[in-house]
Amino acid sequence: MTNNSDTHFFARLKKGLAKTRSNVIRNLDEMISGEKFISKDIFEDIEAILIGADLGPAFASDMIEAMKARAKRNELNSPDALTKIMKEHMTTILRTCESPLKIPKDEPYAIMVVGVNGTGKTTTIGKMAFRFKKNGIPLLLVAADTFRAAAIEQLGIWAERADVPLIKQKMGADPSAVVFDALHAAEARKAVMLIDTAGRLHTKTGLMDELKKIKRIMDRELPGAPHETLLVLDATTGQNAVMQAQMFHQEIGITGIALTKLDGTAKGGIIIRIAQEMGIPIRYIGVGEGLDDLRRFKSEEFVEALFGE
Amino acid sequence: MFENLTEKLDAIFKKLKGRGMLDEETVATAMKSIRMALLEADVNFRVTKEFIEDVSQRAVGREVLDSITPGQQIVKIVHDRLIELMGAESSHLNLSNRFPAPVMLVGLQGCGKTTTAAKLARYLKNRDRRVSLVSADVYRPAAIEQLRVLGDRTGVNVYDSHGQSDPVRICVDAVEHGKANGFDTLIIDTAGRLHIDDELMDELKRIKDAVNPAEILFVADAMTGQDAVSVAEKFDALLAIDGVVLTKMDGDARGGAALSLKKVTGKPVKFIGMGEKSDALEVFHPERMASRILGMGDILTLVEKAQTAMDEKTARDLERKIRKDSFTLNDLKKQLGQIQKMGSLQDIIGMIPGLGKIKALKNATPDARELVKTTAIIDSMTEQERLNYKIINGQRRKRIARGSGTTVQDVNTVLKNYIEMRKMMKKLSKGGMKSMMRGNLPFK
Repeated sequence: MTNNSDTHFFARLKKGLAKTRSNVIRNLDEMISGEKFISKDIFEDIEAILIGADLGPAFASDMIEAMKARAKRNELNSPDALTKIMKEHMTTILRTCESPLKIPKDEPYAIMVVGVNGTGKTTTIGKMAFRFKKNGIPLLLVAADTFRAAAIEQLGIWAERADVPLIKQKMGADPSAVVFDALHAAEARKAVMLIDTAGRLHTKTGLMDELKKIKRIMDRELPGAPHETLLVLDATTGQNAVMQAQMFHQEIGITGIALTKLDGTAKGGIIIRIAQEMGIPIRYIGVGEGLDDLRRFKSEEFVEALFGE
Repeated sequence: MFENLTEKLDAIFKKLKGRGMLDEETVATAMKSIRMALLEADVNFRVTKEFIEDVSQRAVGREVLDSITPGQQIVKIVHDRLIELMGAESSHLNLSNRFPAPVMLVGLQGCGKTTTAAKLARYLKNRDRRVSLVSADVYRPAAIEQLRVLGDRTGVNVYDSHGQSDPVRICVDAVEHGKANGFDTLIIDTAGRLHIDDELMDELKRIKDAVNPAEILFVADAMTGQDAVSVAEKFDALLAIDGVVLTKMDGDARGGAALSLKKVTGKPVKFIGMGEKSDALEVFHPERMASRILGMGDILTLVEKAQTAMDEKTARDLERKIRKDSFTLNDLKKQLGQIQKMGSLQDIIGMIPGLGKIKALKNATPDARELVKTTAIIDSMTEQERLNYKIINGQRRKRIARGSGTTVQDVNTVLKNYIEMRKMMKKLSKGGMKSMMRGNLPFK
């Protein structure tokens, strides 16, 4: 680890995922040590662990079949081989999505934050604001969630905390109009806009159309905007997260993902399936409620924390 | 993915048709598919394992009735057992023994507590309770303000905590306030918190001890994955919850968490959240949940929605036409208004796992502007064309476009959507719309 903050994060993430790790270690150690061959029970245990981490039954079964095939060919004869293969496989998948957000200097840049209700969009924006501010990036928070009661106030409090300006209108206003205002302000200040949108279930066509409209207006006013459409996913979510990612991507085109709530006991394994199927960059992970609890996604750390060392 | 579990099993058991009894091997084969369906629906791994063992025992040796296939028989046994496990107990709120009766909502961040609080307030207000909403969430920015706005909107009193920063104090004061002002029900919205945050969990315990709630409801997101079990276990162990509210059920999550939650806490799901509006709170129906978990769609809710929007005669009429596959453009025109009343077809499509993803179906949903256009286009057709869309060739399309002041492309779109609708209706009516209307499931 290169610096304190990373060690801090790593420890946190590890702690959050401690249950899985100890399970793997205990199970594998107990099952394998002293045994020369890979027993059938181990695969059952591995399946329980993979599914328990929300990787889904299909993924788990594919992985186990692949390992069984290798075991048959005598490629697996040491206790470490299984975890090593799983780790490698997952890291390979995730590494293709390990692509941090690059924000150009002295240019207006629009980040539209979307997702279903309650995944932590506003909180993530608050943390991003804090992070960008620290790096000296000129910022604008944009309250385009004009639907949920007090959403504007909530973002306003984050704006105050991070000491950045907020562009807002009244509740019930057209979110596109808010974004229109913000674009011109951002252009003049060459600022990065963090646009908070209302939470919406991916199955609601009318609400998805509203996002399309916002996007259309942005591109018209500032060609290329939004430069980043960030989907916020809740790590507590199960298999439905795949549907969320697919539908949001199909409707408005997602360019990045933030995975929140990794400080609980949920493992967020579904992100691996999403990475495998869609290859969308995973920008950040949320590991707590503090202002600095938003971290850059690193595949190896994520997998290491999942499986322990 | 399982478009239809019964069909899948039928395919597996094609050769077995006519067998008199379910033997161990048949059941074991079928259970592999059932198990996958449950896990895909996010039923907890452990809970799935126990369920499969239990239901396998029940299935082996059961007669396969002449009228149905082994696949249908097994799905029925599984379905019945799911209903049994999730239902049975009364899901009413018990508010009678205290004045005021505090109802406390607890759960993780973002599960929908505040929205649920407002919905519950409206639900109880409509049942002649005098309700006051109380926000004990002093942490999330603007949470108190959010509840105040929602309360104002639904015409429910919102307790003013005057900037008090101690959640326990707020609740105690709110009870006094309720007593003094004749509120018989308090709905306490607490801050979202992680089940492993000891300090905040302890705060919930202190609120519970201080106000002795009549009901403690655990609010859970229907999209929750495997972790639902560990979260619910913690909350229940500490607070002894009385029931569950499952939110965001208007999406397409299969909601396997419902089974897991019931299994680990033993407490019933009392309500489900079906949308963001304050009236989108419904009583839990275990049989619908069972179908949904098995990936068979929430067909009953769909039918019920259709029923409230249509009078019975129209419904019977439509049912007959769909069954006979004779749903004409005339019927489409007649139904367009009704469909609008059904609260937008897309919501309904969204309830059916897998269907929400199909783009063609999305386009089958007319919005208000489209409705006018569509009606004009149908009006410009001859009676013959309305009865048999297949005769509408290029020439006729041009004429219709001119007559309705639209373009050929518009006419094509209407026809395409109409054909999609026919397809969808046919799909939904498989197994008989009539039996669904009676509240039976297709395989019964």
